[in-house]
Amino acid sequence: MFNYNFHWRPVMKSLPDLLEAALLTLQVAVLAMVIGILIGLCLALVRMHLKGPVYWLASAWVELARNTPALFQLFFFGFGLGAFGLHLSPYLIVLAGLSFNCAGYLAENFRGGFQAVPDTQLRASRSLGMTAWQAYTRVVIPQVFRIVYHPVTNQMVWAVLMSSLGMLVGFRELSGETQIFASRTFRIFEYFAVTAVVYYVIVKLILGASRLLAVRLFRY
Amino acid sequence: MEPTINFFSGFNVNDLWFLGEAALRTLWISVLSISIGTVLGILFGWVLFEGKWAAALSLAPVLDVFRSVPLIIQLVLFYNFAPIVGLNLDPFGSGVVILTIYTAALVANVARGGIEAVAGSMRRAARSLGMSYLQDLRYVVFPIGGRAVFPAWVGVALGVMKDSALVSVLGYVELLKASQILITRTQEPFLILSLAGAFYFALSYPISRYAATLEKRWAQ
Repeated sequence: MFNYNFHWRPVMKSLPDLLEAALLTLQVAVLAMVIGILIGLCLALVRMHLKGPVYWLASAWVELARNTPALFQLFFFGFGLGAFGLHLSPYLIVLAGLSFNCAGYLAENFRGGFQAVPDTQLRASRSLGMTAWQAYTRVVIPQVFRIVYHPVTNQMVWAVLMSSLGMLVGFRELSGETQIFASRTFRIFEYFAVTAVVYYVIVKLILGASRLLAVRLFRY
Repeated sequence: MEPTINFFSGFNVNDLWFLGEAALRTLWISVLSISIGTVLGILFGWVLFEGKWAAALSLAPVLDVFRSVPLIIQLVLFYNFAPIVGLNLDPFGSGVVILTIYTAALVANVARGGIEAVAGSMRRAARSLGMSYLQDLRYVVFPIGGRAVFPAWVGVALGVMKDSALVSVLGYVELLKASQILITRTQEPFLILSLAGAFYFALSYPISRYAATLEKRWAQ
């Protein structure tokens, strides 16, 4: 059945390089999440409170991000903007594409979170003499945070998984680096098997860390 | 005067046919893997629900791997693994296999959620009315649990439809790969990417909106 000799040695030799590339993967995913959370919050608030062109722009962003493939969005930031003479580096393409995508998905999560907190709470805290800022930061946001915590964790996992698309736009994160090594040595299966394990470990670490953090954060 | 050679030619009507054909291939591979994957996934979901600790130790971790490793890595890995065990699959075959398992892994969780959404007392009531176990599944669990998780299932299906773009790494010419080929020839990335994006959007947006309205109506 197995007429194939597995060669793991070259993979083990380049493991340090792969792990370094994995750090780049994590870095781009975390950055994209931070940008995505900030923009996603803005999008959610705009879609809830404003009308007119700003509302349409935010809605278009959210719907485009959610209803087209992530790979398409990367291509768009890659070739699409190239048509306008704007040539981004692979790193920026992946970062922009991931941030765009994450912002769209997170905006819907945030909107769901805000809507889950009843309006009456905001009015009650206002009538207790809190300013709008106090009411938001002390009453609304903590509850929203609890609701969106798990969706945001999931999105973080998705961001790591999606960053593998960088391989197709020439970004040398974990997948891209693997592909380069694999095509250099022709040990395609071995390389990608190890990469799959690395991704699995990263995802499990993120989920584990998030669970530990949740225990500490949500004690009450 | 030296005659100039032009490697690029403009976008013409034939290219629209080329894109249309590729769009059909995207649809075909998605429909095939979503339908088989859903059936498998429901089966897995039932096993996860009924299997208790045995399933939690055996099936759940396996399905978890497919959710924790980027789809693109899974595709490359399987495509290069199949010949090792003596399977000769073309890119389409490999794509369908992996997309199907991926769908099944995602649907399994949804299906289990659906079964859990049916109150135990209701199922016991059904059994005490003389229904067999299968009748209980068919006439009580399926309609009630199905409604509870139908929107989630639509989300999974649309996600797989969008992720089918990744089969292009294996060389299967689906919509996004076709547009990439055209971009290389015509040097008109913006137009072609917009067409491809519009197709995905036109497919995904109405379905997701419909699922959202259904969810709202059923929630009442």
